[in-house]
Amino acid sequence: MLNIALKMLFRDRAKYAMLVCGLAFCSLLMCQQSSVFCGLMMWTTATVRNIGAPVWVVDAKVEQANEVIPMRQIEVDRVRSVQGVAWAVPLYIGIEQARLGDGSFQNVQVVGLDTGTLTGRPMNMKAGRIEDLRLPDSVVVDQVAVEKFRRKGIKIELGTTFEINDKSARVVGICHVSRSFLGQPYIYTTYDRALEYAKPSRKQLSYVLAAPMPGISAEELATRIDKLDGLRAIASDDLFWMTIRWYIKNTGIPISFGTVVILGLIVGVAIAGQTFYLFVHDNLRFLAAFKAMGARNSTLAAMVLAQAFSVGFIGYGIGVGLAAWFGNTVLAKEAPPFFMPWQVPAFVACVILFICSFSALIGLTKVMRLEPAVVFR
Amino acid sequence: MSNKIAVRVENVVKSFTGGDSRVFALKGASLEARFGEILMIVGPSGCGKTTLLSVICGTLKFEEGQITVFDKDLGTMRNGEITRFRRENIGFIFQQFNLIPTLTAVENVSIPLILQGKSRTEAEKRARAVLEQVGLGERFKSYPNQLSGGQQQRVAISRALVHEPRLIICDEPTAALDSVSGHKTLELLKASALKPDRCVIIVTHDSRIYPFADRIVQMDDGHVIGHFDDHTQIQHA
Ligand SMILES: Nc1ncnc2c1ncn2[C@@H]1O[C@H](COP(=O)(O)OP(=O)(O)OP(=O)(O)O)[C@@H](O)[C@H]1O
Ligand SMILES: [Mg+2]
Repeated sequence: MLNIALKMLFRDRAKYAMLVCGLAFCSLLMCQQSSVFCGLMMWTTATVRNIGAPVWVVDAKVEQANEVIPMRQIEVDRVRSVQGVAWAVPLYIGIEQARLGDGSFQNVQVVGLDTGTLTGRPMNMKAGRIEDLRLPDSVVVDQVAVEKFRRKGIKIELGTTFEINDKSARVVGICHVSRSFLGQPYIYTTYDRALEYAKPSRKQLSYVLAAPMPGISAEELATRIDKLDGLRAIASDDLFWMTIRWYIKNTGIPISFGTVVILGLIVGVAIAGQTFYLFVHDNLRFLAAFKAMGARNSTLAAMVLAQAFSVGFIGYGIGVGLAAWFGNTVLAKEAPPFFMPWQVPAFVACVILFICSFSALIGLTKVMRLEPAVVFR
Repeated sequence: MSNKIAVRVENVVKSFTGGDSRVFALKGASLEARFGEILMIVGPSGCGKTTLLSVICGTLKFEEGQITVFDKDLGTMRNGEITRFRRENIGFIFQQFNLIPTLTAVENVSIPLILQGKSRTEAEKRARAVLEQVGLGERFKSYPNQLSGGQQQRVAISRALVHEPRLIICDEPTAALDSVSGHKTLELLKASALKPDRCVIIVTHDSRIYPFADRIVQMDDGHVIGHFDDHTQIQHA
């Protein structure tokens, strides 16, 4: 009878199309919006992921990775003195102004890597060598800088020069890293030169990066360093989640995306639920005839469930497929952000499952209460 | 015609409660239907014909009296048993045909067999054979709306016969048909449905088909008021 049920569904073209479109639209909306949301959240943690150090040490009042409260240089040595620290290096990150050849300005994030070790170096060099940062005035720029400068009519190549806070910078490498939330290009240089680019101030150390000795976990080391007065130490994973939680709590981003997701849910429930209800309603007479002919309630229930879940499955497939296609298209451009971890389609699947169950339930209550005697009327 | 009783209805009472009023549709109706005959139930509108048919096939529960179908006492059977009993023993022909518009003729006809758990291929093979018998062999892939009223009723008859039930129940089988198609339908029913071990019960208003009946019971106001072996004896209400 399931075969019969599916034929009854598929051949009712108008309602079938409506059901599938409704569910596909709903899946697409939820999947796409959730993925853009996840993408945005990934942007907020770009620095943590790009630098990739096991333990981050910051000022005790810092709440998330993009917040910089400068510390004194001496903190590096304090961290080094903690038991179990394999190494500890300084990291500078600050927003500075770059002035281009044509006189226009661009905000950039200057990343000052420890001069001796270049710890936190970009992993993916498109051109040049990161070691050339040790040459005078040299910087390595990321793909975002290349793109932003290109839009202003300036082509960045190895050897291109510009100014950061009136001091000369010469490009010795181009790297590809995760882009940041505000989309300011990363400009890598050495720690010492970063301090020269930065406006002078008493405290200039942004982060201390540290690694545990073998046999100690990053979390354990973080707990140890955390005991130092005025400092906060966080394992890289924890910093990642802490940052995402901070953005969820302190910005309107989840609300705006949540609204769209809930809207998708409502649209799905409304369109699919209603159409399915109509579909079952129109078929009640025939379902009653089946009942008169001796179909069990369980048989009819299975038919209704098969109908509801098959449209759900197809609609979901189309919706998630479209979302993935959208994602693939925008990923090439890196904007808008798009990141679809498996949890997103799983979540959307649950929602679609819920919508289908809900629709089926409405249909089922009708079918169960159906008097087979109505066929004679 | 054998004299074995297929369906026995004794003093059956059935009422409907709607709001605070109670309508008695059957007020102690009795009848017998035998194997090998076409029994017609006739009477004015609202006299309880459809209700009687519904309690006979177990789609409606009754309050008093006794109904036995093929020696089974419907009053003592549980719901599941009655459903199964219907699936195996009763074929239905409805006034509105009740063919599924999104299924082809052969798919519609195969439903009783599929309900009995037969495979789709087997069911459709058998369904085609029955459609051929009723002269629709060419149209087995047509959808109901591609068929005339008479053809649709022939599909419905095929559906009622395909699983070889022992009791065929028809409620106003000709009401939606013109007189020629109605006549043909009854001819077909008589030719293909009637067998010595089978009983056909037809509820009808349509006096033009009375001649096809072996016996006629007349109803009025919830009672059976007369049995006739000859349709010419009936007083038209
Ligand atoms: N489900 C129901 N609820 C309430 N009353 C009903 C119901 N079914 C039938 N009745 C009432 O029972 C009585 C008998 O109805 P029934 O349908 O059996 O008559 P009928 O002889 O088949 O009439 P018709 O020739 O018009 O089809 C009528 O008064 C009808 O209003
Ligand atoms: Mg009636």
